[in-house]
Amino acid sequence: MRIEYRMPALGADMDYGTVVEWHVQPGSRFKRGDVVAVVETDKGAIDVEIFEEGVVAQLLVQPGTKVPVGTPLALIEVEGLAPSPALAGEGGGEGSSPSPALAGEGGGEGSFPSPALARERVPAGRVRAPDSSARVRISPAARIRAKELGVDISTLTGSGPDGAVTRDDVERSAKGMPSPPPSPSKLGEGVEPSPPPSPSKLGEGAEPSPPPSPSKLGEGEKKTMRDAIAASMSRSKREIPHYYLSLTADVTHAVDWLAAHNAAVPVTERLLFAALLVKAVALACRHEKGFSGFYRDGRYEEAPAVHVGVAVAIRGGGLVAPAILDTAIKPLPTLMQEFRDIVARARAGRLKASELAAPTIILTSLGDSPVESVFPIIQPPQVAIVGAGAVLPRPWVCDGQLVVRQLCTLSLGADHRVTDGRLGAQFLGRIARLVAAPDSPEWSAT
Amino acid sequence: MDRAALTTRVLTLLTEIAPDVDPGGVIAAVNFRDQFDFDSMDTLNFAIALHRELGVDVPEAEYSQLASLDKCVEYLAGKLHAG
Repeated sequence: MRIEYRMPALGADMDYGTVVEWHVQPGSRFKRGDVVAVVETDKGAIDVEIFEEGVVAQLLVQPGTKVPVGTPLALIEVEGLAPSPALAGEGGGEGSSPSPALAGEGGGEGSFPSPALARERVPAGRVRAPDSSARVRISPAARIRAKELGVDISTLTGSGPDGAVTRDDVERSAKGMPSPPPSPSKLGEGVEPSPPPSPSKLGEGAEPSPPPSPSKLGEGEKKTMRDAIAASMSRSKREIPHYYLSLTADVTHAVDWLAAHNAAVPVTERLLFAALLVKAVALACRHEKGFSGFYRDGRYEEAPAVHVGVAVAIRGGGLVAPAILDTAIKPLPTLMQEFRDIVARARAGRLKASELAAPTIILTSLGDSPVESVFPIIQPPQVAIVGAGAVLPRPWVCDGQLVVRQLCTLSLGADHRVTDGRLGAQFLGRIARLVAAPDSPEWSAT
Repeated sequence: MDRAALTTRVLTLLTEIAPDVDPGGVIAAVNFRDQFDFDSMDTLNFAIALHRELGVDVPEAEYSQLASLDKCVEYLAGKLHAG
């Protein structure tokens, strides 16, 4: 069946995206996981994947066009999804029941697909094409206008976020004009992604922006990345009652273990201490609940799989936290390869949508700086973030003796709406225990 | 390979690892870390690139020899000459 491929939300605070380049053309076949387009966002240029198999029917948005989240980007012919009887009335306004594909959609005010859902239940960009009247999303202003003009809203295709019908759509329809794609006559009107536009503004503006250089982030991108960090962190400090814990771990054994490992393997297989941290956080999340998931609409939901996001500093300013997917079940060598790859692509501005949307918890490691500990701020809608300071030789009491050991101070910023200090202490304690002994049975048993 | 060629080669590798570094602006005597936030991931990638492109295996214990352009060229010249 033919469905619309829409501009996905690649994070809680993304309102717009610019299609920089298409990797497919009409007639191109694609399979699950293929990168179909490069989309420029405030987090850099993102490779956007598709989670279907099929053929591209039509591209609706030209490269260089900035459109709101939810705007149809292409029409695709999807295989293996023959219209079921329940969907037979599709587009005909007969009140067909919502398809399962839409069941996880419509998450209230923010109306961005949840990071977890985006990957696991509602693949980014996948929304069933023109829907029945029972499911029409329409702004109040557009609904009033439709009444005035006598337009049947069930016949409209929305160009707003999540396919919402906008006032413009109604007016275009009344004039007998097709609705999407977003009108190029609006180009250059200077609609900026931040501060976050009011819902009524969404769907109005389409603005071209220059394609990013493939190899590094430009000043404009750094500015928009800074705006995105500002929006996310302001929301975090406004909404999330953080509590913070810290714990200093003796990681001498882990440091020795790493040195021995790295001396014995080819340079391409060497591990970084940060890789141990990533893995330890993921393993701890499988035991201690309440840290790897999302808090939305007043309730917490544990994520079914752990995807640890790694905070990557961009030289010259900026920060992005892509996920290493299914972190807990990946062997260390695989995890390290993916870690290297993801850091390289983060700094070159080439991350995949699924990586940016996926993190269920973040690790921020300042191990390369002289900083001893970090008091990390949660990235909503996540509920926890783990920090690590530098590994340094320090005085330490061991069996009643003052000795010099390699110490690392771990910290936790967690959401008090979900957990309390006691649970947080167990969680952080488990991470410390795991990091300190990467050759312990606890690593392989999980 | 003479020093000048080696320096050029190292700078090329450096900018492959860190595309945001301007090769013309690198100060030879100053640590990469202090100049452009080179971190342990960059150092590892640098070591991998040196191994791949020049066939030089830099043990982890000798990473400090790669800290600046001057040190790096000195160290690699010795390694290549010996090898």
